Amino acid sequence: MDTFIQLVVDGLSTGSIYAALALAIVLVNQATGLINFAQGAMAVLSAYIAYAFTQAGLPVLLSILLAVVISFVMGAVVERFLMRRFERGDPDTAVVVTIGLLTLITGIAAWLWGYNNRQFPSLFPLSSVEILGAVVSVRSIATTLTIVAIMIVLQLLFLRTKLGLALRAVADNPSSAAFSGLPVGRLLMVGWGLAAGLGAIAGSLVAPQLTLTPGMMDTALVYALAAVILGGLSSPLGTVVAAWMIGILENLAAVYVPFIGHDLKIAVPFILIFVILVVRPQGLFGRKVVVRV
Amino acid sequence: MTLLELTDVTASYGPVRVLEGVSLSVPEGGAVGILGANGAGKTTTLRAISGTVRTGGRITFDGRNIRGSRPDKVASLGIAHVPEGRGTLAQLSVRENLRVGAYLRKDRKAIATDLDYCLDLFPQLKDRINSRAAALSGGEQQMLAVGRAFMAKPRLLLLDEASLGLAPSTAKAVYAAIRRLRQESGIAMLVVEQNANLAFTLVDTATVLETGRNVLTGSADELKGMDEIRRAYLGG
Repeated sequence: MDTFIQLVVDGLSTGSIYAALALAIVLVNQATGLINFAQGAMAVLSAYIAYAFTQAGLPVLLSILLAVVISFVMGAVVERFLMRRFERGDPDTAVVVTIGLLTLITGIAAWLWGYNNRQFPSLFPLSSVEILGAVVSVRSIATTLTIVAIMIVLQLLFLRTKLGLALRAVADNPSSAAFSGLPVGRLLMVGWGLAAGLGAIAGSLVAPQLTLTPGMMDTALVYALAAVILGGLSSPLGTVVAAWMIGILENLAAVYVPFIGHDLKIAVPFILIFVILVVRPQGLFGRKVVVRV
Repeated sequence: MTLLELTDVTASYGPVRVLEGVSLSVPEGGAVGILGANGAGKTTTLRAISGTVRTGGRITFDGRNIRGSRPDKVASLGIAHVPEGRGTLAQLSVRENLRVGAYLRKDRKAIATDLDYCLDLFPQLKDRINSRAAALSGGEQQMLAVGRAFMAKPRLLLLDEASLGLAPSTAKAVYAAIRRLRQESGIAMLVVEQNANLAFTLVDTATVLETGRNVLTGSADELKGMDEIRRAYLGG
């Protein structure tokens, strides 16, 4: 039983990392209708930026916050000067551009910091506590709670503020939103900036566990995409729940299903996706998109 | 006093020129119709004003040149465009759509008053205030589109085919509400409409377009029943 609890809490924690990345992807998708495959790579670059600040002697929390702010600007700049050219064209082209961006940013990170693993200091203490007889790491719990807090803030931003309303309006129908005077371009920059900032948090929270390498988020990106699809693309809550499910399930399957083990556990979310999409094509929490003519 | 003036306006989508030279003017508080067959350039004329198509010529609003301005800039000057196909924000609720309409305004009290007026003008929307726009009927969506434009407190409303796809009785009801809006608010209107008879219930004057040019301009009374009108619609 205590192994089980341990696995669930650790699964929630890794699931939370996927969730943060997945939320960033949903944010961009909501604003622009495309999937940003470079979101993971951008998160890694952000983590390196935070790392550079810690190397310069700044406290970890401050380093991460600075990286979040810089990443916000980075995301906005990427939207303004790169993606803007492709937003109105063929969506397939835009997606290919994000894949190119993924390669480019990974290359930049490798060029600046090399491929060697870097030790990223943990934001949370490495001690553990006992819950129901199971030993659970404080880091896992704190990571999960951080993501929950971020999700609540995002939800409030989108549903309770004028900025959130404007972001949703632009995501829904940019040309129509412009007719009401919304500065579409600037709002898209804000959307990309928020996503990049969220990525920075995901990267900085996962870096101590995985150690910092240019390809650190590659696997996480795959899981995050799985969560996005499973959660239904349009629902932040659904995305987080799906990411948690994936995190927990892969942990449990690796231990309790003998033939899966640690090598095959990456297949688990995809089997889950397959089963769920057969039953609910719109995802767990997604809404069916009905196009009215 | 002229509010909007188009002089020899041209417009093209890529290499394809759609407007060859359209001129018209809308007086303060007036309502002008743009009539014509499919492809005559009616919708493009509105798009030229709101800045969503590349244009040449001269477009002035309140004495100020607005040709080439971005759509959000044009909106901020007091022009609200109700586009063809209604352009409601499908995943947002009726209330949110109306709030987006008032995005540029800061006067909270007046916004609340206008929201009440809007729901009085379109009582159907009151019952659906929390529904997503996508779930509304075509007529309700059209009312929402007009309502959203009104919430911006514009000086000029660009209205594109408000009757499109609606049952005749619904189209009449929508136009009745717009007539009332015109009377009570004094907002000037530039109205594109396939259904000439419906248009004539709202506008004072109208211009007929044919392949991107004005061929005829006159008062609604003069134009009613003229052969050119019929010809323009039949494309002969």
